[in-house]
Amino acid sequence: MQKLGDDIIEVSDLVHRYGDFTAVDGISFAVRKGEIFSFLGPNGAGKSTAINVLITLLPLQQGTARVAGYDVAAEPARVRESIGIVFQEVTLDRDMTCWEILEFHGRLYNMPRKERSERIEELLRLVQLEAKRDTYTKHLSGGMKRRLEIARGLMTRPKVLFLDEPTIGLDPQTRIRMWEYIKAVNREGTTIFLTTHYMDEADQLSDRISIIDHGKIIATGKPWELKNLLGEDLIYMETSNNPAAMAHLREMEHVKEVGEKSRGLVVMVSQDGTHLLPLMMEALSREGIRITTVNLKKPSMDDVFVHFTGKEIRDEGSQSPAASLARARRR
Amino acid sequence: MVYTGFMTIYWRDMIRFVRFKTLLISSLVQPALWMAFFGIAMSANFNRITAGIPPIPGVQGVGYLTFMAAGVIAMTTLFTSLFGGMSLLFDKNWGLMREVMASPLPRDNIIVGIALSGMTKSFIQATIIMTFGILLGAEFFAGFSPGKTVLSFLAILLFTGIFSLGFLFLSAAIAISLESPEGLQGIMTLLTMPIFFASNALYPVTAFPPVMQAISAVNPLTHLVSGIRYFAIGSDFQAIGIRYTTTPGELLLSLGVLVVFAAIMFALAWWRFQKAVVS
Repeated sequence: MQKLGDDIIEVSDLVHRYGDFTAVDGISFAVRKGEIFSFLGPNGAGKSTAINVLITLLPLQQGTARVAGYDVAAEPARVRESIGIVFQEVTLDRDMTCWEILEFHGRLYNMPRKERSERIEELLRLVQLEAKRDTYTKHLSGGMKRRLEIARGLMTRPKVLFLDEPTIGLDPQTRIRMWEYIKAVNREGTTIFLTTHYMDEADQLSDRISIIDHGKIIATGKPWELKNLLGEDLIYMETSNNPAAMAHLREMEHVKEVGEKSRGLVVMVSQDGTHLLPLMMEALSREGIRITTVNLKKPSMDDVFVHFTGKEIRDEGSQSPAASLARARRR
Repeated sequence: MVYTGFMTIYWRDMIRFVRFKTLLISSLVQPALWMAFFGIAMSANFNRITAGIPPIPGVQGVGYLTFMAAGVIAMTTLFTSLFGGMSLLFDKNWGLMREVMASPLPRDNIIVGIALSGMTKSFIQATIIMTFGILLGAEFFAGFSPGKTVLSFLAILLFTGIFSLGFLFLSAAIAISLESPEGLQGIMTLLTMPIFFASNALYPVTAFPPVMQAISAVNPLTHLVSGIRYFAIGSDFQAIGIRYTTTPGELLLSLGVLVVFAAIMFALAWWRFQKAVVS
């Protein structure tokens, strides 16, 4: 379906180092026009560094990157004119009104006055902040600030909107509402590139995902494709003899892979697990291995992530009170 | 259409200037307080000490308050301008500058916009000091015709403006290279001391030791003060028992020093901004 040349972001062999530390380690990927594409990875995986190179805030050190048809190293000004950005941290002047924030942005990008004022009204409507147009941003809630930033990112009708951790620090309901805004923006034709460390966000929002860890892309695909790689079902079990159970399970039909976790085994199966599970229990009990607990579920994005990176996401307390308090204080 | 991106930066900085009421009021009241307290106290002393010195016949004599009012204008401009870069540093630290740095706006426009808003603030302050100084008894524009007063006032603003641009560029260059406001504060304090005291702002330089005289001769503040005195008082006057004469050539030299200083500082700021990475 996709034609050649439909890629709005093309990156190959991108490397970025800070001194001795390699933050981005040779990534290559392409984002198609009109899609929502996510970088999913833990904090410190290199997502923000990669985004900062693409938006020309960091110099290109090695590799090539084209955004909206322009080379980020050769034509940074053209790239800048073609994109919108929502940064990870709130970057709103506390003592400016919503209208002033958008007006300032429009002027920065040299938009004509008439176009500016029309666009501001249009966007305030889109993100439902019409009533707040003359309110200082310090009086907005976290979700409203984010919406205003999205409106700002869209001010110049960019071809691509970059969102760096768009829902970090927001409460669950607000996050879901943000996803709806992001989808609505995408439906109007803006390609969206986002980074996130939330599994559910990547899963719900993205057309395609690249899983990134330690500066490398580990897997890329549609959410269901990535989940299907793990098989039809995942069966978690604890047994009286894990090593022996593993050996036996590996011999069974429809078992794709057996892995060992801290507290038991995970079995990936390529067919309906509800039928396979009784067979497994029977087979193991014939060998004198007792199953103490068992759990069956469809693979989730978390499972995909654990499968590819070999670890749970290093989520620095996405919802832990201490972390959100620290965040609130910083704003 | 002429691209006026720097006006966007100017607009935002002026919004903040009028919005932060305490900052606005303190920046306006502070120079007036200098005149009111330091000026009156010092002039009482100096006038007593120099009372015995006979006036030179045919030369206009002015009191210390008049003499130092020019110095207070220059000092206020120096401080305001050196701290003008502070807003850049706050923007940088709070991530606000990323929006600007990621926009197509050429970076020299940031420098120019911030400098113009700093210059505007200096104009407002200089006007307040002159008005307040005259109310306190400083003999500025004494005996001038209305037309000459207006021209002299504009000439003072010209000198003040170029001087403030120079130090605003310097301040912007330092701010964009630093990480913390404390660092800027420290550097500014280090700079203001020698610039302010190794100058003719508060006292004559003729009795300085040679090294300080040399510093004073290249010090932009000295040239600003000379310019202000030339236009506010005249080309030939006596204060603190010393006769001051300024030829048009010397005046042009002072203007030249200020222009060259501002140009060098702009180059420095431009270079620092091209190198700056804000992410």
